[in-house]
Amino acid sequence: MKRIIAITLSVLIFLIFMTAFARVKFGNIALSKYFYFNPVKKQMTRDSVPSHYLKEGIKETGSTNIVTAVVVDYRGFDTLGEVTVLFLASIGVGALMYIKREEKRKVREANEIVKTASAFLFGFIVLFGAYIFVHGHLTPGGGFPGGSVIASAYLLLYLAYPKYAADHSKLSVLESLAGLTFLVTGLLGIIFGGHFLYNFLPYGVPRYLFSAGVIPVIYVAVGIKVGSELTGIVDSMMGVRE
Amino acid sequence: MIFYAASLALVAIGIYVVISKRNLIKIIIGLDMIDTGVNLLLISIGYVRGGTAPIENGNYPLYVDPIPHALVLTAIVIGVSVMALALSIVIGLYRHTGTLEIDEIRGLVK
Repeated sequence: MKRIIAITLSVLIFLIFMTAFARVKFGNIALSKYFYFNPVKKQMTRDSVPSHYLKEGIKETGSTNIVTAVVVDYRGFDTLGEVTVLFLASIGVGALMYIKREEKRKVREANEIVKTASAFLFGFIVLFGAYIFVHGHLTPGGGFPGGSVIASAYLLLYLAYPKYAADHSKLSVLESLAGLTFLVTGLLGIIFGGHFLYNFLPYGVPRYLFSAGVIPVIYVAVGIKVGSELTGIVDSMMGVRE
Repeated sequence: MIFYAASLALVAIGIYVVISKRNLIKIIIGLDMIDTGVNLLLISIGYVRGGTAPIENGNYPLYVDPIPHALVLTAIVIGVSVMALALSIVIGLYRHTGTLEIDEIRGLVK
């Protein structure tokens, strides 16, 4: 009975939303068809917000990757909140998963292939994660994917070596330093430019590594922070092992 | 159009899983499916036909909408944190009650 109700409800929701989205043409949006009042130019313009980002983003932020420009520069405050949410989740997981030393969990030894391969690949995976977040303003990717890649390298170590445990104090020091870098960069923006997260460094030449002002600094900080937080989450989920 | 249908189908399957299943881990997997479906829907709304990824390369004129990408980047991170918290709460519940079925947990709490 419950299963029938669930099936009808989900089919009903699917049909309602499908009829609504049947009117939205797939892939046919002209990004510059809307009129709106531009508060900077004091006139009605034809530019929509995304087409403004696409046209002026590289001039206004110096970042080649427009998604990075939106995430770190135009809406950097939002990213600060996002990082805070991830920090709170990591604290919550650490508090909920706390167990006493007596309740150790038994784990099985991994086989030789996993051990050798993870010892060989660990450095390369960390290097690849660092590449992703250092080049966040030039190529697809950024702090969050890079940090996740680094955390996956640590997860591989945890799976291969049951006795391995990351140093918690070093992880928290790294995490706090990265968060502090983000905040201090934002506050230096107040000193140099007048508002929080102002891009005060020179923009440089676009498409070069040292360009886009504070965006690479913030994204490296975000990458290190996300990497250490997700490693901490993995570590607490693994629990105390024998 | 097939992208809308697929993402809404993911949402519908997720809702079915959340309503009908009794295991807490399966309910969390259903929530994750709803999350993924909504993210896919947002990305496919922002698609422009013939557009490429919004990275300036100087010689390609048409890009897809960058705003849903930035929004979904945020949503993925929030989804991961919610999922990690939910899983750890479930593990704590399992330690206290010894079961994952919500009917049995309801009986035990009374």
